[in-house]
Amino acid sequence: MTTEKEKITESNVNGNNGNNNIELELEHNFRVISPGRMVAKRFFKSRLSVAGLIMIIFVFLFSFVGPLIVDATWGYKENQVFKIERVSDMFTTADFTGPDGMKYTYYDKSQTVITFKAPPSKDHWLGTDTSGFDIFTRLMYGGRISLVISFIVIFLETFIGIIMGGLAGYFGDWVDLLIMRLVDIFSSLPTLPILLVLSATISSIEAIPPEHRIYYLMAFITLLGWTGVARIVRGQILMLREQEYMMAATTTGISSLHKIFRHLIPNTMPQLIVTATLGLGGVILYESTLSFLGIGVPFPRAAWGSMIALADPAKGQDILANYPNMWVPAGILIVVTVLGFSFIGDGLRDAFDPRMKR
Amino acid sequence: MGLKNFFERKKIEGVDNTMYLTLREERRISKENNRIIKYYERQKARKNVPEEEYLTQMRDPNNVVEFDNLHTYFFTDVGTVKSVNGVTFDVPIGKTVGMVGESGCGKSVTSLSLMQLVQAPTGQIVEGSIRYQAGDGKCYDIPKVPKDRMLKLRGKEISMIFQEPMTSLNPVFRIGEQMDEVILLHEEGATPEIAKERSIAMLKSVGIPMPDKIYTKYPHELSGGMRQRVMIAMALLCNPRLIIADEPTTALDVTIQAQILELLREVKERINGSIMLITHDLGVIAEMADLVVVMYAGRIIEKGTVREIFHDPKHPYTIGLMRSKPSGKLKDNRLYSIKGQVPNPINMPDHCYFLNRCDMAMDICHGEYPKMIQYSPTHFAACYLCGESSFPKNDLAKE
Amino acid sequence: MLKYILKRLGLAFIILIGASILIYMLSMLMPADFIDTQTAAALQSGAMTMDDVMRLKELYGLADKSFGGIMKSYFSWLKSALSGDLGFSFLYQKPVTKVLSEYIWLSFMIAFISYILEIAIGIPMGIKASVNQYSAYDYTVSVFAMMGTALPSFFLSALLLNVFAIKLRIFPLQGLTTATKIFDKNAYIQIFLDKAWHLVLPITVLTLLNAGYIMKFTRTNMLEVLNSDYIRTARAKGLSEKTVTYKHAFRNTMIPLVTTLSGMIPGLFGGAMITETVFAIPGIGYMALRATLQGDIPFIMGYNMFLAVLTVLGMLISDLMYMVVDPRVKLS
Repeated sequence: MTTEKEKITESNVNGNNGNNNIELELEHNFRVISPGRMVAKRFFKSRLSVAGLIMIIFVFLFSFVGPLIVDATWGYKENQVFKIERVSDMFTTADFTGPDGMKYTYYDKSQTVITFKAPPSKDHWLGTDTSGFDIFTRLMYGGRISLVISFIVIFLETFIGIIMGGLAGYFGDWVDLLIMRLVDIFSSLPTLPILLVLSATISSIEAIPPEHRIYYLMAFITLLGWTGVARIVRGQILMLREQEYMMAATTTGISSLHKIFRHLIPNTMPQLIVTATLGLGGVILYESTLSFLGIGVPFPRAAWGSMIALADPAKGQDILANYPNMWVPAGILIVVTVLGFSFIGDGLRDAFDPRMKR
Repeated sequence: MGLKNFFERKKIEGVDNTMYLTLREERRISKENNRIIKYYERQKARKNVPEEEYLTQMRDPNNVVEFDNLHTYFFTDVGTVKSVNGVTFDVPIGKTVGMVGESGCGKSVTSLSLMQLVQAPTGQIVEGSIRYQAGDGKCYDIPKVPKDRMLKLRGKEISMIFQEPMTSLNPVFRIGEQMDEVILLHEEGATPEIAKERSIAMLKSVGIPMPDKIYTKYPHELSGGMRQRVMIAMALLCNPRLIIADEPTTALDVTIQAQILELLREVKERINGSIMLITHDLGVIAEMADLVVVMYAGRIIEKGTVREIFHDPKHPYTIGLMRSKPSGKLKDNRLYSIKGQVPNPINMPDHCYFLNRCDMAMDICHGEYPKMIQYSPTHFAACYLCGESSFPKNDLAKE
Repeated sequence: MLKYILKRLGLAFIILIGASILIYMLSMLMPADFIDTQTAAALQSGAMTMDDVMRLKELYGLADKSFGGIMKSYFSWLKSALSGDLGFSFLYQKPVTKVLSEYIWLSFMIAFISYILEIAIGIPMGIKASVNQYSAYDYTVSVFAMMGTALPSFFLSALLLNVFAIKLRIFPLQGLTTATKIFDKNAYIQIFLDKAWHLVLPITVLTLLNAGYIMKFTRTNMLEVLNSDYIRTARAKGLSEKTVTYKHAFRNTMIPLVTTLSGMIPGLFGGAMITETVFAIPGIGYMALRATLQGDIPFIMGYNMFLAVLTVLGMLISDLMYMVVDPRVKLS
C-alpha cells in the first residue's frame, strides 16, 4: 500500500551514499512502535478487553457522575426517604384470652396503606426499598463505595506487597526467610472467616462510630491480601536478579536502592498491574459479602451487598419472591463490575506478554 | 545540507506514520485472514478424499522429494507473512541436501510444510506442490494429502530431528515409552516386547552406552548430547526414507556436535535414505551435504552441489556467507559480516530482496525480482550480476 | 524423600504456630465487655457460671492486657489446643471439637460432590477450549467461566431460589429436611432422598462458582503445553491429534492440575459459609457464621485454627503430589 511512497523516497535517496540508503530503507521496513503503544494496541484488539473497559467505564460513570446528576436535578442523596402511598394486603395476627379463659389467635387480612416498597415508576425507576429509599440512587452510591474501597485496598496491598516482596527478593538470606514465613502465615489464615470476625468485632464496639467502620474494613482486607503481591514481586526479583542486565547494572556501581527502584521494580510492573486489576474484583466481592451479612458498609449508607441482603430467605420470602427490583440490579452490577475487571486484567496480561496469550 | 536532511527526515516520518496499521485496518486484515484460514482448514478437514486427488507423478524417479513452487504463508494479524515464497528444489534418493540461510528465512517452514506440520491455523500452504515418492512406489502430493493419510507417512517414512533436544522429548514419559510408541503405531503386529527389543537395539546403534538402562530413564536424566542421540534413534525406528534434521547440532557443545554429525553420516549410509539438513552453519554443510540450497527471505537464491556453492558462489549473498565463515586461512583476522538485516517479511519489495544489503547492486536490480539462471546441470542462482549464463540449456530452468 | 517430608512438616508446624498467634491476637481485639454481652444469655440460662466467664476472659487474654498476662494466657491456650481441647463453645454449649466433628461431614459431602462435578465439567471443557483456541466455543466457555468467578455466592443462591424454589417450586427453599413431612424412622431411603433433594441447589451453586476456575486453569495450562516442542515431536511421530492431545499434552497438564486439585481436598472440610447460610444447611460453615456473628470466641478461634490447619495441609499435599506426578522432581 505504500510502495509508491517508498519508491519516491528511495529514488530521492539513491543519489546519496549507500550507507544512508540502507538506513532509510531499514527505517521503513521496520516500524518501531513504543512499548506502551504496542501494549495499548494489543489491548484494544481483543474484543473482551474492550468489552471489559466499556463495562467499567459504565459502572464508573453510573456511580460517580450519576449521584451528581441526581443531586443536581432532584436534590436528594442516598438516604432520602420517599413516602409513596399505596394500598397493600396486610396480614395481622393477635393473641388474646377470651372470656372463657382460652387463648385465641386472631387473624386479620386487611388492606392498609404502606409508604415503602413502591414498585418501579417514572419518578423512581426501580422503586423504593423497605426503608423507602430510592433503589436506583442507592445503586449509584453503593457502586461508589465499592469502587473506592476496592481501589484503596488494592493500592495499599500493592504498596505493602512491593515493599515486603522487594526486601525479601533483593536482600535474600534471613530477610527473605523472615518475610516469606510471614507471608506463609498470613496466607494460611482463612480470609473470609477472619474478615467476618474482625468486622463483627468492630461493629460491636460502640466506641467506634459506624462511619469509621469502613476504614477498618479496608485495613483488614489489605492486611489479609498483601501476601499475593509480595510473592509475585519476590519471585520476579529473584528471577530478574539472575538476568545479565542486572549484572551489567551492578558493574556500573549503582546503589542497591537505586537498583531496586530503577531496575527491578519497574520490571515487575506489568505483572503487578495485571494482578491488581484482577484483584479489584476480588475486593468488591469481599466487601459485598460483608455488607450482605450486615457487617460491612453500615446502614443507612448504601452498598450492593446489603441491597441483596434484603432477599435473604432467612428474612422472609416476600422480597426474594415478589420484589426482584430490589435486589437483582445490585447483583447484576456486582457481576458486571467484577467481570469487567477480569476482562481488563486478562486483556492486559495478553497485551503485556503476547507469548502467554491466555 | 542541513536543510535537505531536515526535509528528508520529515518525509520519512510521514511514510512511517502511514505505515502504522490502524485498528480498523487490523480488524479488516484479521477478518480477511479468518476467511482465508477457514477455506484452507475446511479443505484439509474433508473426509474420504479419493486417492486420485492427492496422487501424482514424480518429475524424476531418482528423487525422493520434489518441492515445486511452494508457497507457505502465515496469515498474521499485521499482515500476510510469505515465509516460503516459491521454493523449488529436489531431494535425490540417498543424498544429503543442506539448507542454509539466516534465521527466519523459511528453511524450517519449508521442512515443516513437507511434514504438514506448519503451525495451523495461521500457517497455510497456499500454492505449489511437494511431491513425495513413498516406499510403496506411490507418489503423494503432500499439500493435498488428507490428515489421516499423512499420519501414516509422518514418523514412518519421513521423520524429523529437532533443534532443541532439551525440550523436544516429552518430560513425563520414559525414553522407552516414547520410542515404543512409534513402533507400535507404525508397524503392524508389533507387540510391546518386540517394540522394546527394537528400541533398545536402536539406542545401542546410535552409540548410547547401556541402552537398557537409558530405556527406563526420563529425558531430564540425560545430557543434551544423549537426548539428541535418543531423538535420532527415535527418527530411525521405522527405517525412514527421508530424515529432516532441523539444526540438529545448534544447541549442543562443539565436541558433541562433531559426534552427532558423525552419527548422522553413519545413519545415512545405513538406511540408504536421504537427509534434509537445515543449518546456518556452513561448516556443517561442507562436511555433510551433497547438495546445497541457499535461502533468503523465503526464496531460494542459489542452489547447487557443495563444490559449486563453496568454490564458485554466484549470488552476492552466498559470496557474503562464504566470506563470513571463520577460517584459519584468511590473513585478515577480521570476520566479514553482511551488513543490514533481512527485510520485513510483510510487504516485501517487488525488487530483489537482497538489494538493500548488496555491495554489488546495479541499476537493473531495482527492477523486477531476478529469475533463476542456470550455470551448470545442478547450479542455479537468482541474480542479475552474472548476466546470462554460459550454460546452454538455459530454458531448463523452470523459474 | 522422608527428609523432605519431615522438613515440610516442620515448616508447616512453624506456620501454624504463627497463625495461631495471629488468630489469638485477633480475639484480643475484642473488648472485654463484649464477652459480657455475648455470654449474658448463657449466664442467665445457667449454662455458664461467672467463673467460666472469668476463665474465658483469662484464656483469651481479655482480662489481663499486660504483655506477661497475654503471653501466659496464650501459652495456656496453646497447651490445651495441642492436647486437642479447643475450649467450650458458649453458643452451642458443647466442646468446640465436638461441634466441629459433628458438622464437618455434611459440609464435606456437599463440597465433595460439587468438587467432583467441577472437575467433571471444568477439565473436559478446558481441554476442548484450548484445542479450539479462539473458536466460538472457546469464547463462550471462557466468558461463562469468568462469569462463574464474578458471581457472588449469595446472589447466585438468591437467583436460583427465586427461580427454582419460588417460581417453579421444584426444589425446597431452605433447610435440610422437609418440616411438614413426617417420615417413618426406618424409611432411610426416603429420608436420604429428601435430604438429597434439599442439597441439589447448594451443590449447584458451589459447582457453578468453581467449575469456571478449574476450566480456565486447565485451558491456560493446556495451551502452554500445546505450544511446546515435545508436542511438535509427538505430531512428527505420526500420532493422531487425539493421542497428542489426550496422552502427550494432557499428561503434562495433569502436573499443575493434580497438584492444585489435590491441594483443595482438605479445604472441602471447611464448609461454605455463605452458601450454607443462605440455604440454611446445618453444615460447619453455617454454624461458624452464626458463632462468628454472635461472638462465640472459643468457637471462632477453634474454627479458624481448624481452617488454617486445612490450608497448610492442602499446601503440603499439593507439594507432595507434585513429587508424585512430575518425574522431574522425584530425585531432588
